[in-house]
Amino acid sequence: MAGPLVFVEGVRRVTMGEMVEVLLSDGSSRRGQVIEFTDRYALVQILEQSTGIDVLSTRIRFSGAPARMPLSPDILGRRFDGAGNPIDGLPPVLPETWRDIGGTPINPVAREKPSRPIVTGISAIDGLNTLVRGQKLPIFSAAGLPAREIAAQILRQAGTGEGERGPSSPGEKFAVVFAAMGITFRQASYFLHEFEHSGAAGRTVVFQNLADDATIERLLTPRFALTAAEYLAFDRGFDVLVILTDMTNYCDALREIATAREEIPGRRSYPGYMYTDLASIYERAGCIRGKIGSVTQLPILTMPDDDITHPVPDLTGYITEGQIVLSRDLHRNGIYPPIDVLPSLSRLMNLGIGPGKTREDHRGLADQLYAFYAQGRELRRLEAIVGEEGLSESDRRFRRFADAFEREFIGQGKRGRTIEETLEEGWRLLRRLPKDQLTRIRADHVGKRYGTAAVEAGRTGE
Amino acid sequence: MTEGGIIVRVSGPTVVAKNMAGARIHNRVLVGEDHLPGEVIRLEADRATIQVYEDTTGLGLGEGVTDVGKPLLAELGPGLLGSVYDGVQRPLHAIRAKSGDFIGRGLSSPPLDREKRWEFRPVAREGDVVCPGDVLGVVAETPRVDHLVMVPPGNGGAIRQILAGSFSVLEPVALLADGTALPMLQRWPVRTPRPFRRRLPPTLPFITGQRVFDVLFPLAAGGAAIIPGGFGTGKTVVEHSLARYAGADVIVFVGCGERGNEMTEVLADFPELTDPSSGRPLMERTVLVVNTSNMPVAAREASVYTGITIAEYYRDMGYRVALLADSISRWAEALREISSRLEEMPGEEGYPTHLASRLAGFYERGGRVSCLGGGEREGTVTIVSAVSPPGGDFSEPVTQSSQRIAAVFWALDPALAHRRHFPAVDWKKSYSLYTGAIDDWFRENVSAECTALRGGLMALLQREEELQEVVQMVGIDALQEQERIVLTVSRMVREHFLRQSAYSETDASCRPEKAFLMLKAFLSFHTLCRDLLARKVPVESVLALPFREELERMKELPEEGFRETVNALIARIVTEGGRDR
Ligand SMILES: Nc1ncnc2c1ncn2[C@@H]1O[C@H](COP(=O)(O)OP(=O)(O)OP(=O)(O)O)[C@@H](O)[C@H]1O
Ligand SMILES: [Mg+2]
Repeated sequence: MAGPLVFVEGVRRVTMGEMVEVLLSDGSSRRGQVIEFTDRYALVQILEQSTGIDVLSTRIRFSGAPARMPLSPDILGRRFDGAGNPIDGLPPVLPETWRDIGGTPINPVAREKPSRPIVTGISAIDGLNTLVRGQKLPIFSAAGLPAREIAAQILRQAGTGEGERGPSSPGEKFAVVFAAMGITFRQASYFLHEFEHSGAAGRTVVFQNLADDATIERLLTPRFALTAAEYLAFDRGFDVLVILTDMTNYCDALREIATAREEIPGRRSYPGYMYTDLASIYERAGCIRGKIGSVTQLPILTMPDDDITHPVPDLTGYITEGQIVLSRDLHRNGIYPPIDVLPSLSRLMNLGIGPGKTREDHRGLADQLYAFYAQGRELRRLEAIVGEEGLSESDRRFRRFADAFEREFIGQGKRGRTIEETLEEGWRLLRRLPKDQLTRIRADHVGKRYGTAAVEAGRTGE
Repeated sequence: MTEGGIIVRVSGPTVVAKNMAGARIHNRVLVGEDHLPGEVIRLEADRATIQVYEDTTGLGLGEGVTDVGKPLLAELGPGLLGSVYDGVQRPLHAIRAKSGDFIGRGLSSPPLDREKRWEFRPVAREGDVVCPGDVLGVVAETPRVDHLVMVPPGNGGAIRQILAGSFSVLEPVALLADGTALPMLQRWPVRTPRPFRRRLPPTLPFITGQRVFDVLFPLAAGGAAIIPGGFGTGKTVVEHSLARYAGADVIVFVGCGERGNEMTEVLADFPELTDPSSGRPLMERTVLVVNTSNMPVAAREASVYTGITIAEYYRDMGYRVALLADSISRWAEALREISSRLEEMPGEEGYPTHLASRLAGFYERGGRVSCLGGGEREGTVTIVSAVSPPGGDFSEPVTQSSQRIAAVFWALDPALAHRRHFPAVDWKKSYSLYTGAIDDWFRENVSAECTALRGGLMALLQREEELQEVVQMVGIDALQEQERIVLTVSRMVREHFLRQSAYSETDASCRPEKAFLMLKAFLSFHTLCRDLLARKVPVESVLALPFREELERMKELPEEGFRETVNALIARIVTEGGRDR
């Protein structure tokens, strides 16, 4: 034994990845998974607490099969532990089918190019970093920042923009799969409360491994969640939004196993294969040709020491299609949601916006807001050095724009905005600056939206 | 085929089998009841260590292993263009037809369609004595690429018979005196470089269509460039732009351990996008080798070899081929993952100690060569690989080893990417060692002043950098008028010359003629400003000169008439300087 690992000798039949049951002398049992074997031993990682396992009296029963999940549409509204067992007091799911939780890769030629937005109701996302169905877009948070509130707000407000807003609105096949890994009971209850509150509970599947649950079980939790999500999306035609929180806890569990195996540690002692391992989770987002559903991922992670180069955010960023970065400065200044749009990026945004999807001026407007805000931030920095007198009148106007942008566009508070409202909010801010400076927006869009009272009054429909 | 191997160990993507005496390193094997393909990577007594090209989940102790007796081979012949393969050349469309939207286990399908018939037009005649590389005949593989059917290495002699007509890839089209029947398809071990006659010096450019590269850091045809950069700095967009616009006859794109959705974009767009030079769909010159990050790591390791073998094959026909690898770091990580299972002594950051030599071996397979066979064909394989350094830190082993080999370094800078300045090329860190060798070509074919223009641009950027430091410390008021003009012009150059949006309809690609002419116009404007200031013209009136907007819109002008328009603009700028004030 070594921490969460058990070496089992004298095994004759064993297969890679199969589940085992470890029978303890006191009659209890623990589940485990074979992660390596030779003709001399099998290496088993114990998913639950490994205390109580002693070398002499423990026996092991091999199941012959990898971890599987029973699936049927009845999983909607259900709650499971991190290893897929129901914890809501209801009977087990009557399976329509079973799937290996490891999944198999989507054939790249079967993928459909993502093209439809998910409206989250948050301007910093919908306006500047649009989330697209089939995308994986993580939230990079840090200790003390309200990532969970934002995620819950997205859950409350998100919709495909086609029906009414909100996951429970009629006419939408929209489902949420929520995987909690190592978060506290309080944090988890917050989410559960949100699901109930927003009426989304019936559209939600919850997998929860809490902070005081076994760490190693966490390695399975997202895989159960994604197996459920794939089933709902590709067998049942739902647009599924998967929230994975907190991926930093997941990675720490991965590190624990690697350390116990005495593997050669990589950066900050996370294993060298962490990229591949994370990819086996994040790449399970997408759309498939000829299928109506989709799997969209919104993983949440905590950047240790606010460090974006830490392996967890770094490797995540290398796999996901952009990132939403939260800012301590904005948070400190009371801006909610404190999304820093400069380092944030949705790489698939262009596929999900424009005429017929959001609006024809969306791209230009987003570029312009971004450019002015970046300029304003730069000037704010300069002002700190040279003082306000060092700035020209025009510079000051940009600096003030940045303040207003943070307060009014980003800092919308808890109320959701429609895409129209978000875009109009953007135009309202742009009108503070001279029309001839709006070089990133097509002239005819500026002509149509910049000046007239009718537009001002909010009549912005097509 | 030798059966009888027995699995005694499984760890990650590797398997150890006993009873494997007689197997050889790099032999292909079939592992377990599902016949998962694998490759022998180490032998000790009768034990073979095997890297398995599929997920090893479910493999059991004691299951069998069969030695195929041959190394991993690529199939080469008509039908490669337009194909999409995984890392070990399984055709992904055919696999989808077999197993659906998710890739099943133990599936195989021949890389080249066995049914499809190709019109073979013989070039060699009966009685000709042929050597490896000689052309037997031609197949119009796509409307833009003629596929030369060549005598494979290791064969030769008098032609006893040669056929004309329509054949499938396995049917013989020629018969040699020694009885060898040659079909259009040939096979080649992917880990062995294909032979050529001799190397040629890299004196011709590889035109990328990106101003910052072609003007500042040009790449030679047959050379190698690396694009290191942290996540989101624009490596993939550069690679995709090259796949679209680069001056090459054939593109082999290796998506090595990256995203599925990115491949989808290529797959959706390339059959529809046409390239301006031929007006044909891009897919007709493209081969995709796709092993996304969630596909098995051992196949990821093999993918770059599969890709480069296909590239060499088209090079042997005399084509200019580009091998675009995104990302070579993921290949190195696959190597590391496999080697850690072998319990080898790790080198720096856990990479195997042979990382540098393996990388060198890969880049060595690029080059400009005189091909085997008659007719003096000349072909090139140009390698451009993305590098994904952890934390964006270039001091790590993969960047370092690649940098020692590749003569072009296109470093991407996260600060520029955050400012949405794309391509986010850091002009201080980047370099090209080819400028000396290819400037003759540029001088003759593009611009007589190319070296001076490049120098002028670098000097301007350099000066801006110094001045920016001053501004950061004491504010813009500390600058002289001449210095302020430097900032103005360099800003114009950065925004409207170096910056080039991959999504612009007019500017996604730019021919070098246009690029150098644009640069000349910007620099003459700078000269004008300097002269006027020197003659005490107030800075406000200099900045109010009417040329700025025209300069900033140059990039959007159509190719047609560009030369005339911009030459006229330059002439007006020069005349303005001569005017009395
Ligand atoms: N030339 C360009 N023109 C316009 N936008 C660009 C350009 N290059 C990059 N971008 C923007 O930057 C984003 C990220 O670029 P890209 O996907 O190429 O990054 P990458 O370096 O490959 O990142 P990773 O290492 O994570 O794969 C793109 O989605 C796009 O929004
Ligand atoms: Mg990339």
